[in-house]
Amino acid sequence: MKELRVSAIEKGTVIDHIPAKSVMKVVKILDLENSENTVLIGANLDSKKLVKKGIIKVSNKFFKAHEINKISLVAPEASLTIIKNFDVKEKTIVKVPKQISGIVKCRNSKCITNHENIETVFNVDTDCESLKLKCKYCEKVMEKDEIEFS
Amino acid sequence: MKNRSLISINDFSKEEHLKILELAAEFEKDSRQQILTKHVIASLFFEPSTRTRLSFESAISMLGGHIVGFTDASSTSVKKGESLRDTIKTVSNYADLIVMRHPFDGSARFASEVADVPIINAGDGSNQHPTQTLLDLYSIQQTQNTLENLTIGFVGDLKYGRTVHSLLMALSNFNCKFHFVAPSFLQIPEQYQMFLKNKGLEFHTLSNIHDVIPDVDILYMTRIQRERFSDPSEYEKVKDSYELKRDDLSTSKDNMQVLHPLPRVNEINIDVDDSGKGYYFQQALNGVYVRQAIVSLILGLKK
Repeated sequence: MKELRVSAIEKGTVIDHIPAKSVMKVVKILDLENSENTVLIGANLDSKKLVKKGIIKVSNKFFKAHEINKISLVAPEASLTIIKNFDVKEKTIVKVPKQISGIVKCRNSKCITNHENIETVFNVDTDCESLKLKCKYCEKVMEKDEIEFS
Repeated sequence: MKNRSLISINDFSKEEHLKILELAAEFEKDSRQQILTKHVIASLFFEPSTRTRLSFESAISMLGGHIVGFTDASSTSVKKGESLRDTIKTVSNYADLIVMRHPFDGSARFASEVADVPIINAGDGSNQHPTQTLLDLYSIQQTQNTLENLTIGFVGDLKYGRTVHSLLMALSNFNCKFHFVAPSFLQIPEQYQMFLKNKGLEFHTLSNIHDVIPDVDILYMTRIQRERFSDPSEYEKVKDSYELKRDDLSTSKDNMQVLHPLPRVNEINIDVDDSGKGYYFQQALNGVYVRQAIVSLILGLKK
C-alpha cells in the first residue's frame, strides 16, 4: 500500500504541484501562518512532473479565485482540488491574475510605495513570453525573477 | 477633462492632447483672460524646480488665479513627519486643484487617489512630467505646423531622460520617425525600442549627431545628467559627448528647430541661440500657455 506522507483531509482544499522551493512562499502569500484552520504542509515530495514538489492541504477552507490566483507568481502550474467528505469535488489550475495587490514589493527604491504606507498594486503582463509586473504607481516593470514578496 | 487628474501622459488620448494644444494656441493670443479669479490653486513643490514652478505660477497668476503652497518641503509639516496622504487630504480642503512636484516615483498617482480635488503632476521623481511633454508637443506643432509624419532626433541622455520617454510615447500617435543619438550606455532603453517596433514605427540608434542633422525636423537636445552617475569618472567620459554649434546646423533643413527642456549645460553652444534654429526659450514660454490650457480644462472653465 502506498504510504500517505501527507494526511488526507475530510473537507477543504489541496494545493498540489507547487515547485519545492516555493512552498513557504505560497504559505506566506495565502497568509496560512495566521490561519485558524488545520494546515498540512508537505515539502520536497517526489514528483514525476516537477521532480520535487510541495503540497499544502487546508482543512475547512475554500479559497476565492482572486486569493488563489496570487500564487501563480511562484507556482504557475499549481493545481487546486476541492475536497468534501474525503472525495474530490472539483479540480482547477491557478490562473495568472490581471492585477496583484499587497503581496509584492516594488523593487524601485524611489517608488512612493517604499516610503508611504501604501498597498502595492501591479498590473500583470502575460502577453509577453515571460511574466512581467508593472507598478501602478512608479510605472516601472519587473521581470518574474526580480519579484520580492513584502 | 473636467475634474480629471493629469498624472501620466498616457492618461489622456491623442484627441485630448490635441484639444490642449488647440486651447494653448488661444492662450498664446490672449494669456491674460481673467477666468481664474474665483479659484485657488495649490502649488506643492516637495523639491526645488525653478522653471516648472514659475511657469505654473505665472500661468495661474496671468489668469487671475490665487496660489497657495510651498516651494520646499522643509518648511512644512512634512518635516514633522506628516505623510504625503495627510498633506494631500488637508490641502484638498484649501484649493480647487493641486499642482504637485515630488521626488518619489508614483507619488502623483497616489496623491490623485487620496485627494478630493484633481492633481496635476508637475514631476514625480524620474517617472512622469506630462505638462513638459505637452509643451514639447505644442512647440513641435508651432514650429512645424503639424505633428504628423515628422522626423525627430533625440540627443544626449536617452536612458534616464524622462522628457524623452514621455515625448516619444506621445509622438508615437503621429506616425513620426525617430533618430536616437547617445553614447551606447545612455541609449534609449529596450522597452521603448520594443514599444516603437510594436507600433511599426521607424527608428535608428546612432552615436554621431552629424549623421542625423540633415534628416530631422526637430533636434531635441538633452543634458547628460551628472546626478545619474554613481561613478563620477563615467560622467567625465561622456559629459561633453555632444556640443551643438551654429556651424553644425549648416546642413539642416530650413524648417529644422532645436528644442531642449532646459537647463542646458554644454550641449548647446550659445551661438545657436540667435541662429534662427534655437527654439528652447520660446519652448519654455509655451509652457505657460499649455499649463493655462490644462488648468482651464480640468477646472471646467474651457471646453
